[in-house]
Amino acid sequence: MATAVISHEEEVRRLQRREGWKRRLPILPALLFTIAVTQIPFLFTLFYSLTDWRIDTVDPRQFVGVENYVSLSGDKFFLDAAWISVQMTVMAVMGSLIVGTGLALLLDRKFFGQGFIRTLLITPFLVMPVVAGFMWKTQMFNATFGVINWVLNTIGIDSIEFATKYPLASVVVVLIWQWSPFMMLIVLAGLQGQDASVLEAARVDGATAWGTFRQITFPQLRPFLELGTLLGAIYLIQVYDHIEVIVGGQPGAKNLPFYIAQRSIGGGNRFGLASSYSIIVVIASIIIANIGLRVLSGLLEDNS
Amino acid sequence: MAIFTRAPKAEPILGQNRLVANLLGLLTWFIGLLFFFPLFWLVLNGFKEESVANASPTLIFDPTLDRFREVTEANAGLLSFAEAFGNSFWIVLISTIFVMILAVPAAYALAIRPMRKWRDVLFFFISTKFLPIVGIIMPIWIIARDLNLLGTRTVLVVLYTAMNLPLAVWMLRSFFAEVPKELIEAAQIDGCSLLGQLRQVILPIVAPGLAATALLCVIFAWNEFFFAIQLNPTGASTIPVWVNSQQKFQGQFLAGLSAASVLATLPVVVAGWAAQKRMIRGLAMGAIK
Repeated sequence: MATAVISHEEEVRRLQRREGWKRRLPILPALLFTIAVTQIPFLFTLFYSLTDWRIDTVDPRQFVGVENYVSLSGDKFFLDAAWISVQMTVMAVMGSLIVGTGLALLLDRKFFGQGFIRTLLITPFLVMPVVAGFMWKTQMFNATFGVINWVLNTIGIDSIEFATKYPLASVVVVLIWQWSPFMMLIVLAGLQGQDASVLEAARVDGATAWGTFRQITFPQLRPFLELGTLLGAIYLIQVYDHIEVIVGGQPGAKNLPFYIAQRSIGGGNRFGLASSYSIIVVIASIIIANIGLRVLSGLLEDNS
Repeated sequence: MAIFTRAPKAEPILGQNRLVANLLGLLTWFIGLLFFFPLFWLVLNGFKEESVANASPTLIFDPTLDRFREVTEANAGLLSFAEAFGNSFWIVLISTIFVMILAVPAAYALAIRPMRKWRDVLFFFISTKFLPIVGIIMPIWIIARDLNLLGTRTVLVVLYTAMNLPLAVWMLRSFFAEVPKELIEAAQIDGCSLLGQLRQVILPIVAPGLAATALLCVIFAWNEFFFAIQLNPTGASTIPVWVNSQQKFQGQFLAGLSAASVLATLPVVVAGWAAQKRMIRGLAMGAIK
């Protein structure tokens, strides 16, 4: 009697286990592939960062502990690149968020040609970053053929070679041009999820447009703005293409990813040191992502 | 749920006064055209003679197709358009197929038959997107070198699959989550097998979502430059690398570069326009639903 009960319970547990595996199995290939291609190389980077490895010498790599990290605080190139990374990311994210929100507010109304204008506005996001960089550099910023300088000349201002004189600002302008449409779409999703009756009630109560925006729309948009900030920051901290094309090897706009590639596989060969830079970028991203995931998690809770 | 097809709601926040509304409409048109202007100018320059493009900006010129002909001509020793296009085509196609093969079962499992801790798994996928590429580029370069994969299409196929997989799982899950549970239960009661459920009940409903997800993977893979230039500078180079090579160090190249840019950008922009509503929904709502 007793043994029968136990074996029955075991049978149930065995079935449950099998059912659990059946549910997990479809996820495994994707999971294992992702781990193999992203997580394992990261562990290698972590290991490299603790060595003095250079691939252009035959000297065996030596374990140097945290020496690379200690040297960072006095490494002028690293500090410059890190500071440029911070400025570029913050300016591009804030800029595209502000422009994107403005565009979303303008688009969230009925007007003639709404669909057409929306199509035009999302196009920059589809454009290949390399092309976006070239186009702005050679046809907008350029001192002789650039449209912006042509406009400046007609109103009596001398031409400015933007890409050499203001490399960081030039890159940021192109980034904002490409990322505003993305932010616009996210904010638009938020705007269109608004409760119409609440807006109606505000209007009946005689609220001004600004008052309605600040008191009702903005709080509702907040999670969407946070989401846009998170996704934008994650992508924009990694910008490489625009810098390569617009400023190339010149100083003034080299962010960490650009500098890391240059100092390692791009001919610098200093894998150990460059790996420690990479780890710093990853840590910064983890901090941003942790804050962001909490936001996303909140969104999922609310909607499930 | 479609973002742009909703019923008209109460008055928008901006523009309750008719005059203000018209002015705002006008302003929106102006900004829309301004945003698009650089691309419009790029297309114009592609049809110019080099001497016209490399001068003060002008709208009046004799359009010519010569630049398009020149940039697509093959030059011995240089990466040709046809080669780069072929490489991009296969790399994008195969990596997108791999992404879908891996992502569809995972997204299905996460959405329709949620298990304990499904949220943790989903977050793991997203979190890999948060890992900056520079965090893994050096080992990947070393591994590719040691396996003799530098300069091959294979290495880009693997990396683009990994790059797009998290986004695809994320988007597809939200599309699968919209399939009514009752439909699946009804099919199960009717004795429909798992494969039958997938084919007859679920696929027809999520097909547009699958297409939108695949298209987004295509766009990201087509436009990718960092891996392509770092791991494939010669050999199996893709379209972005080809565009980059059209910047010459001597002589005039602006019109030719513009023509090349138009050729490189057009396929993806047209595809994006055609599928914009669903793609936008997948991108924006995929994160929220």
